[in-house]
Amino acid sequence: MLTILFDGFAYGMLLFVLACGLSITLGLMNFINLAHGAFAMAGGYLTVVLMNRYGVSFFLCLPAGFIATAFLGAILERTLYVHLYGKSHLDQVLFSIGLVFMAMSAIDYFMGAQQQLITLPDSLRGRIDLFGISIGVYRLFVIGICLLLAVALQLVLSKTRFGSQLRAAVDDPRVAQGLGINVNLIFSLTFAFGSGLAGLGGVLGAEILGLDPGFPVKFMIYFLVVISVGGTTTLTGPFLASILLGIADVAGKYYMPKIGSFIIYTIMVLVLIWRPQGLFGRATAR
Amino acid sequence: MPQFLSMIWPGRATSRGKLADAARWHPLEIGFWVLALALLWLLPTRLLLLNEIAILALFALSLDLILGYAGIVSLGHAAFFGLGAYIAGLLARHGMNDPILGLLAAGAGAGLLGLLSSFLVLRGTDLTKLMVTLGVALILRELANKFDAITGGADGLTGVTMGPVLGLFEFDIFGSTAYLYSLSVLFVLFLVARQLVHSPFGLMLRAIKGNSLRTSAMGVPTNLRLVTIYTIAAAYAGIAGGLLAQTTQFVSLDVLDFHRSADVLLVLVLGGSGLLWGAIIGAVAFKLMYDWLAAITPQYWQFWVGMALVAIVLFGRGGLLGLAGMLRDRLRGLGGRA
Amino acid sequence: MTPAPEVPVLETRGLRKAFGGLIATNDVSFRLPAGARHALIGPNGAGKTTLVNLLTGVLQPTDGRILLNGRDVTTLPSHRRVQLGLARTFQINQLFPDLTPLETLVLAVAQREGKATGWWRPVGRRGELLDEAGDLLERLGIAEERDQPVATIAYGKQRLLEIAVALAAKPSVLLLDEPAAGVPEAERHQILDVVAALPDSVSLVLIEHDMQLVFRFAHTISVLVNGGLFMEGPAAEVARDPRVKQVYLGEEPVYG
Repeated sequence: MLTILFDGFAYGMLLFVLACGLSITLGLMNFINLAHGAFAMAGGYLTVVLMNRYGVSFFLCLPAGFIATAFLGAILERTLYVHLYGKSHLDQVLFSIGLVFMAMSAIDYFMGAQQQLITLPDSLRGRIDLFGISIGVYRLFVIGICLLLAVALQLVLSKTRFGSQLRAAVDDPRVAQGLGINVNLIFSLTFAFGSGLAGLGGVLGAEILGLDPGFPVKFMIYFLVVISVGGTTTLTGPFLASILLGIADVAGKYYMPKIGSFIIYTIMVLVLIWRPQGLFGRATAR
Repeated sequence: MPQFLSMIWPGRATSRGKLADAARWHPLEIGFWVLALALLWLLPTRLLLLNEIAILALFALSLDLILGYAGIVSLGHAAFFGLGAYIAGLLARHGMNDPILGLLAAGAGAGLLGLLSSFLVLRGTDLTKLMVTLGVALILRELANKFDAITGGADGLTGVTMGPVLGLFEFDIFGSTAYLYSLSVLFVLFLVARQLVHSPFGLMLRAIKGNSLRTSAMGVPTNLRLVTIYTIAAAYAGIAGGLLAQTTQFVSLDVLDFHRSADVLLVLVLGGSGLLWGAIIGAVAFKLMYDWLAAITPQYWQFWVGMALVAIVLFGRGGLLGLAGMLRDRLRGLGGRA
Repeated sequence: MTPAPEVPVLETRGLRKAFGGLIATNDVSFRLPAGARHALIGPNGAGKTTLVNLLTGVLQPTDGRILLNGRDVTTLPSHRRVQLGLARTFQINQLFPDLTPLETLVLAVAQREGKATGWWRPVGRRGELLDEAGDLLERLGIAEERDQPVATIAYGKQRLLEIAVALAAKPSVLLLDEPAAGVPEAERHQILDVVAALPDSVSLVLIEHDMQLVFRFAHTISVLVNGGLFMEGPAAEVARDPRVKQVYLGEEPVYG
């Protein structure tokens, strides 16, 4: 029971790292980027290539995944996404689905359609007993990293100058612009950083979530639920939503294998009936 | 320059001329249907492809009603298509193989699902609309997958045998009955949709899309209107799915796949959304493109779909009809100067 | 038992609206007699917008009742109130950018006539709707723009269309929210003429900042301060009241 809770927690933390970049870009630019999962996939496949072909250590893949996808995000933001700000949500949706399809086909072309496996380093394998709960070491590792990231993000947002500018921009981009805050620059940086986080999530999740070319579509609904339920105005909302979703999903699939995969949809429907604007935060999108 | 195509643009035509002319038939429209019928004899070897085009056009027409006219973005329109396909397929498999009755059931079932889900879809922002529409399609796919004893699961539903259409026309292996059947259904539903969009009800949908605060202040029960069109569109999609099941005599999980929802979005924006003809032109272009590209790189067809989506968004959203309209305006401009 | 002629067309009783701890509308009771030319004024943040939103049903009151022609409409949604005769214009135009003025008005007329759900006969062949919409366009001086998309016509004309849409509902009460706001000086007189020409069968509530406009049209005035009714009475009386001047301290002198 507690093991399930723990696994669900790990799963939820992973979802948070994967989705929080999306939440910020949506809140900041009112931009619906359905291709967010593609960045996570990029991080995952980079790990596969680095580890399986070049024998790079998993621990090195973590920063590498972050940096490479952040870089990729920055390039795409400056060349392509920049044309989409202020366009209708329909345009943003079409555009980002287009990117998803291209990314999926490209991966399929270079890597094949099969599920990719990575071999975790020995130090991260096995289980340990903690207060009588059997815990996977790797899941503990994932939770550790994600918690660290969540705390760091919260600190950056609340304590730094960049963080306060970002919060001002999320609150009201026009007013922020008027105050001399360079909203475009903030957005570029945030986009790149959010992509990097997704990439890092992809590295961490390759083992837990599974990795194949269908990844961005498979997890699209999870991301949408996290930001719809959690809202886009704070980090706390998506954080709590991720954990709720992670635990519910894992527990559901464990206890009710036949119908467990419907749990997230049930949550989605209940939340919509109860609080159409999401459980946490003001509104999901302006 | 002749006003060719101008009837295909209700929006532009009314802004130019008089509202009274907006619903009048243009010779090109009639020409299209005559040609579509003539293809039965002109292209006897491609009837299966033509049948698929007609079905896709109906599916895109259904999406156009909610997206192009009412402004509801959907990531899961395949839910209704797939439900209709399974209803029609299952009915035929279990002995009720009159095609028309099967289609009516497919439309009714999908319409009911549309009605029920509309209350969730219409509740929130665009983001929640995306989530719910995507979610509904995923739920259905998951259900079809889990209840494989009924649906055949991943292997697909086989043993779908159809009776003759109207008790007269047996389905044949060349697809001539199939094409004629699908084309007739498309034609009838196109006619209905055409009346609908030019009626006060249809114009009101465009008004709601433009500014729902104002329609409410005008005394319009805005949500009820959207629920209505969402239900109608779902029924249309269900009928399209039913047609596919009946004419191919097979249903697979593929009918509920995400890529089907995305493809139909592409079809619509490729042709031009908010114009009924956009759905039809888009379906023709999409299938021809598919035919051509899939022959070169069958496995990576999806890449080109993605590229087309990105290109359409970046380089003009009017679709093919928008492009034709721009050309027409150019030509007119030249004519004026000459 | 017959309703006396002095039944107000619009009445509020003890209307209150609180947002959390903030009271935006505080115990507002007022009666609008038939044919009234009434103005609702008050400094910024006095709660004018909230009050309009309560009256039109955009917001639900925390407490109190709203009566339209003697009927309790407190819990009715916006569109039902419009059907019962309460129409409004918005301070910022709320129109359909892609539709033409003619299409806009045809819809408004169709809605009033209960024909807006007709789904077979094209709009263009509904002569009775087209005629009435055309008449309205003529009356308000926007007939020339009838077939142009609303987004492309001059702001002043859009402002007139805003009023025309409200009039198409044949309301018994019309709330005009700063009708001339943002209109260039040269086009202003058109709007004022239209407002002046409204028939007595329409009772007017003018929500306005511009005192010139208020004293040109309003016979009676309510002053709203901090969400509550500060005073009300005939226009001249309110204008003379020193307390009202005090409320508007710092703004332009109220009355010549």
